[in-house]
Amino acid sequence: MTSVAAHGRPELPATTSRPVRIGSEHDLRSTLGGLSGVDAVGLEARAAKLGTRSLKQDTKRAAIDLAITMVDLTTLEGADTTGKVRALCTKAMRPDASDPSVPPVAAVCVYPDLVDVAVRTLGTSGVNIASVATAFPSGRASLAIKLADVREAVAAGATEIDMVIDRGAFLSGNIGKVFDEIVAVKEACGAAHLKVILETGELVTYDNVRRASWIAMLAGADFIKTSTGKVGVNATIPVTLLMLEAVRDFALETGAVIGVKAAGGIRTTKDALKYLVVVNETAGSRWLSPDFFRFGASSLLNDLLMQRTKQATGSYVRADRFSGD
Amino acid sequence: MSDLTPLSSLSSLEYAPAPESRAVVTVQDAYGHFINGDFTNPASSEQFATINPATGEHLATVAQGSDADVDAAVAAARKAYEKVWSTLPGSERAKYLFRIARLIQERSRELAVLETLDNGKPIRETRDIDVPMAAAWFFYYAGWADKLDYAGFGPQPAALGVAGQVIPWNFPLLMAAWKIAPALAAGNTVVLKPAETTPLTALLLADIIRQAGVPDGVVNIVTGDGRTGAALVNHPGINKVAFTGSTEVGRIIQSAVAGSGKKLTLELGGKGANIVFADAPIDETIEGIIDGIFFNQGHVCCAGSRLLVQESIHDDVIERLLRRVEQLRVGDPLDKNTDVGAINSAAQLAKIAELTEAGVLEGATRFSSSCALPSAGFFFPPTVFTGVEQTHRIAREEIFGPVLSVLTFRTPEEAVAKANNTTFGLAAGIWSEKGSRTLWMAERLRAGVIWANTYNKFDPTSPFGGVRESGFGREGGRHGLEAYLNV
Repeated sequence: MTSVAAHGRPELPATTSRPVRIGSEHDLRSTLGGLSGVDAVGLEARAAKLGTRSLKQDTKRAAIDLAITMVDLTTLEGADTTGKVRALCTKAMRPDASDPSVPPVAAVCVYPDLVDVAVRTLGTSGVNIASVATAFPSGRASLAIKLADVREAVAAGATEIDMVIDRGAFLSGNIGKVFDEIVAVKEACGAAHLKVILETGELVTYDNVRRASWIAMLAGADFIKTSTGKVGVNATIPVTLLMLEAVRDFALETGAVIGVKAAGGIRTTKDALKYLVVVNETAGSRWLSPDFFRFGASSLLNDLLMQRTKQATGSYVRADRFSGD
Repeated sequence: MSDLTPLSSLSSLEYAPAPESRAVVTVQDAYGHFINGDFTNPASSEQFATINPATGEHLATVAQGSDADVDAAVAAARKAYEKVWSTLPGSERAKYLFRIARLIQERSRELAVLETLDNGKPIRETRDIDVPMAAAWFFYYAGWADKLDYAGFGPQPAALGVAGQVIPWNFPLLMAAWKIAPALAAGNTVVLKPAETTPLTALLLADIIRQAGVPDGVVNIVTGDGRTGAALVNHPGINKVAFTGSTEVGRIIQSAVAGSGKKLTLELGGKGANIVFADAPIDETIEGIIDGIFFNQGHVCCAGSRLLVQESIHDDVIERLLRRVEQLRVGDPLDKNTDVGAINSAAQLAKIAELTEAGVLEGATRFSSSCALPSAGFFFPPTVFTGVEQTHRIAREEIFGPVLSVLTFRTPEEAVAKANNTTFGLAAGIWSEKGSRTLWMAERLRAGVIWANTYNKFDPTSPFGGVRESGFGREGGRHGLEAYLNV
């Protein structure tokens, strides 16, 4: 075999690290205007291709555990009860009652009025308390009400706030309003982490998702999140891939590392592993951590547990061996 | 910033080996030719070995086709044409083609693994592209077999007779499908010679053809090197020559066939221009550049081997591209996570290395992936040259390997001029969000295939072929029938 050594590798061009300052709506428009378009066919083809990666053995075991630590265990129903939230919290801290080697999940995610229940149950466990505020899921309320919603959740002990953007304002071109609201909510969050839900199913086009991602990042989001889980189209792999490209480019541009949360419709381990491959090969291994990637899901956790047991013992166990929440 | 790098690191999610099982396919020790419906004992005792280019492992011994073997194959094809195939209605021919298509699907894993073993290309590509597309080609032309009257060539277009077909090593099964399916649909019988480094999937296809009950002699496969190919194209008993391969050999065939009355189609080399405008959808464009040159290790006649980038975005494109090149997983072709497999032969590896050295000597800047290459087999790291001038050999000659030459342009006119500054004319790509300019460009580029915001996309319904030194004639679509009809 002819050995061909790599040689003469040029240095990669240095990235200019300059903070993007948005002082006016004009600044915002010109920054968004500089973003590249998205080719839908190409994006979906790339997502499908990454979906064919095959994770085996140790990689699969490690990826399942990583996915568990990235779950925001969620219950967002009108019929939620304090009992259900307590059960959810117990499961979050120790997902498999019979196997203490299973790591806890990243957070529980509940409506603001149930935050105090979660706080009391989780105690000092280290599991975060995320709460959906800002008139979730529609966002159709005045800014004053949205901010009050956020402050109440934070006061009750939420460590993470999942807000929704004003899709009506975005789609009508009033991007300044979208930006200002995020800035105001970020301020109201205080020390709590802010996840900004773009509701990509209502933005419809990939170009819109890219622009909305940048608005959220420029306005101070700690995370950008795909969906509320309350509309017809929730997280998809192409949309998540696109948002990961946005956080990667934002990090290269500004040095700030923003997280991504894929929420809604992710139910199987197979899907979760595909998402991790997309994270790994789009944004990079830096994002393979609950600090920078989350799954917003409820039923996913039990499937992860079932596949984890399968990996450990070689056989599947009955689904009802894992507690419902 | 340093804490972000390397963005491409897989350290937290290092993929464990995920090899496809090679037990799904049985490779015989030795193969004869497939003539008149059966594997025969070759007329001459001369044989040669075919190896796995990823390991150097000996796979099988294959017969070197002699003049007598070619005679026997052509005679079988002639007899089958006159006694059987030309007497069947189109719907009957279609039945056999549909059967072949379905059997390719049924035996797809076998075909995919064998192709990867013999050729060195990644299993992901054989599994997801080569084999499904080979089946699609048979399905598509099966549909045409009873509709030739309506193909636009007048009523009852006649078949040519016996077609002699010589195919290359880069897509062994797929090229066999591209050649056999339209020939049979149009009513011809064939003698096909696969490339000497990759004969095995054509021989497995012969088994499928036998399994499909195709009448004896309709498809004959004779293995061998260039001598066998020469005996076939020069044989007085054939009516049609179809060749896919190098421009050099195509030129020899064209002069050999001249005046013989044989109909000829040639699909030859290329030096495809992949043109990126400043308004291109950047992330998808990077993927398209990668697919354009590193798909199938760059062993693609229509590869986008010349990247023309608008000067204003050159640095950004190169930064993103090199980051992406570093991510490519080079190695065991049977591993499902391998992106770039083995170079097909020692000779091809030497040619790629020689042209790469020439690029360095001529003053272009070389970047090669720092990926670890397997110690055995033939491998070459994905490589990008920046600062390439039109006069450089790496901008003019077909490298047929994973080596990309990057040039710049400022205006659409300059892009057209540079793209057309080649003796070839097979394919080009245009990346832009501006449709009007893409169409303006497409009218001016001298190439048989123009892709817009994509590259290396093939479909049985779409004609494929070149102009100038990339050859003539079309394969695929309705146009592909013309090559096998007396029109």
